[in-house]
Amino acid sequence: MMKKLMISVISVVAVAMAGSVAADSDRRGPDVKPMTNPLYQSECGSCHFAYQAGFLPARSWKKMMSGLADHFGDNAELGEEDRLAIEKYLMENAADMANERRSRKFMRSIGDSTPLRITEVGYFRREHDEVPQRVLKHEQIGSLSNCMACHTKADTGSYAEREIRIPGVGRWEDD
Amino acid sequence: MMKKRLHFFALLMLGLTPPLMADTVDDRLAAYQGEGASDFSAERGKEMWFNTYSHAAADKPRSCTSCHTNNPRVNGKHAKTGKPIKPMARSVNPQRLTEVKKIEKWFKRNCKWTLGRECSAQEKGDFLSYLRTL
Repeated sequence: MMKKLMISVISVVAVAMAGSVAADSDRRGPDVKPMTNPLYQSECGSCHFAYQAGFLPARSWKKMMSGLADHFGDNAELGEEDRLAIEKYLMENAADMANERRSRKFMRSIGDSTPLRITEVGYFRREHDEVPQRVLKHEQIGSLSNCMACHTKADTGSYAEREIRIPGVGRWEDD
Repeated sequence: MMKKRLHFFALLMLGLTPPLMADTVDDRLAAYQGEGASDFSAERGKEMWFNTYSHAAADKPRSCTSCHTNNPRVNGKHAKTGKPIKPMARSVNPQRLTEVKKIEKWFKRNCKWTLGRECSAQEKGDFLSYLRTL
């Protein structure tokens, strides 16, 4: 009886410790809430990286989803049912609805403006202002819109510096 | 007895299935005919693929090949984002032309981008007639 109790106490402590170690190595959680919507992934992600909803406020997504006939110069029209479903997902998971670290930073920078391009948000620009134009010209990059070219885990909502690998350059060290 | 009958039905269903499952492209062609199109030509569809179009919204002439390259059997690349596009030819990408919704969505988007207008039923029929030969 006593032995059994000891074993269960030890296992509870062990599980708790393992939990705290895992939480410590990843203590900040994801930078932005991971994208989990298959419709958004297939409809929007077929042409470009499926940017997480938590990079723009709900009002930006609403505006964007109302103008898909001219989506940054491309036609990205959807059937009304899909359009509404994606709009709902984006608005419910938008930066002003999220508590993740980068979402909060984006919102602080965005204030009450309604940006349509993530790359034009002040915070994004400051974070990328050391990347030279010649680096972006690499055929595997093209522009700052291509998150996955350098942020190797961007599709999981993780934009940690240690995960950056820049084609033609390598690891990125901020100093 | 019961089991035997089930087998019989199973075989019957198997035998009936292929002719009942009409090809999505055949369905589309029939639908376009219903809209007044006729005598679809793979040759005209091929000309569309390689043709270049100029219109008000295009900063330079646009073509199917702008993104899909002039070989529908290889990967394409989105003209703006650079994201890879799987081949259009069914011989290398059997998923192509199997979903009505996808076919019509991309016709709408890509005709507007490339030609500056929606495609007619005749053009869509010609185009699918070409793609299905690949």
